[in-house]
Amino acid sequence: MNQNLSTVSQRSTSAIATNKVLRNTYMLLSLTLLFSGLTAAISMFMNMPPMTYLISVIGGMVIAMFVLPRFANSPAGIGIVFLITGLLGFGLGPILTMYASLPNGGNIITLSLAGTGAIFMGLSVYVLTTRKDFSFLGGFLMVGFLLVLLAALANIFLQIPAMSLMISAVVIMIMSGFILYDTSRIIHGGETNYVLATIGLYMTIFNIFISLLQILGIMGNDD
Amino acid sequence: MDWMQIISALALVMFIVVLFPATRHMMKNSPKGTSSDWMSFVIPIVVIVLFILLLVKLV
Repeated sequence: MNQNLSTVSQRSTSAIATNKVLRNTYMLLSLTLLFSGLTAAISMFMNMPPMTYLISVIGGMVIAMFVLPRFANSPAGIGIVFLITGLLGFGLGPILTMYASLPNGGNIITLSLAGTGAIFMGLSVYVLTTRKDFSFLGGFLMVGFLLVLLAALANIFLQIPAMSLMISAVVIMIMSGFILYDTSRIIHGGETNYVLATIGLYMTIFNIFISLLQILGIMGNDD
Repeated sequence: MDWMQIISALALVMFIVVLFPATRHMMKNSPKGTSSDWMSFVIPIVVIVLFILLLVKLV
């Protein structure tokens, strides 16, 4: 009897901890998305040159890969997450300025934003309601992501528009898989650090948004 | 080829090199999914593809 009570107690403690990680992740994710929006607006207002995007993305990725893991368990980790997301948002400024200057640019940006939100919320609700374990996707998604990076590298030299369209479409599918994988990891206790969980989900949202912009930008100017 | 393309290519090579060991580790250690597990992944992805086609129609 005592052993049963102890097991129930351990399970409920674990569930509370998981819910706390999930709540903190979504709260930090909301704040970082708002902060990115602010830095993107500042970058647009300052009329930053296109190379800002490249510098910001490389800077943000380097900090996320090499600096953040060292501070993920300390309060400084939250500051670093804001630094990364602010930098990535700032890099978005020139891209948004470029799309806004297209004939239906406003429509493309609005649809990309709405589409990204719908994909993220739809997939999150799907995982949270079904509570399925998507840990089996890990290796598949990483291989897919690595192949996309190789294709993107090849396309820098080949410059084939159809290939960049294909890469963007595959990136959206892989990032959608990462949303399922990351959210599933949080609810099943595989990810207990909300700082790392936030940056993982933020990167998927950022990549989906950029890829949707590219797809809608190319297809929207087809005629 | 301008310097932005060269920097992009170098950055991509760096990310590939950094991510390769993690990818190999995840491939070896990820649990295997059943056909029902894979279906629960494929269905939402198909829905997303249809949703993107809808967005393309709307733009």
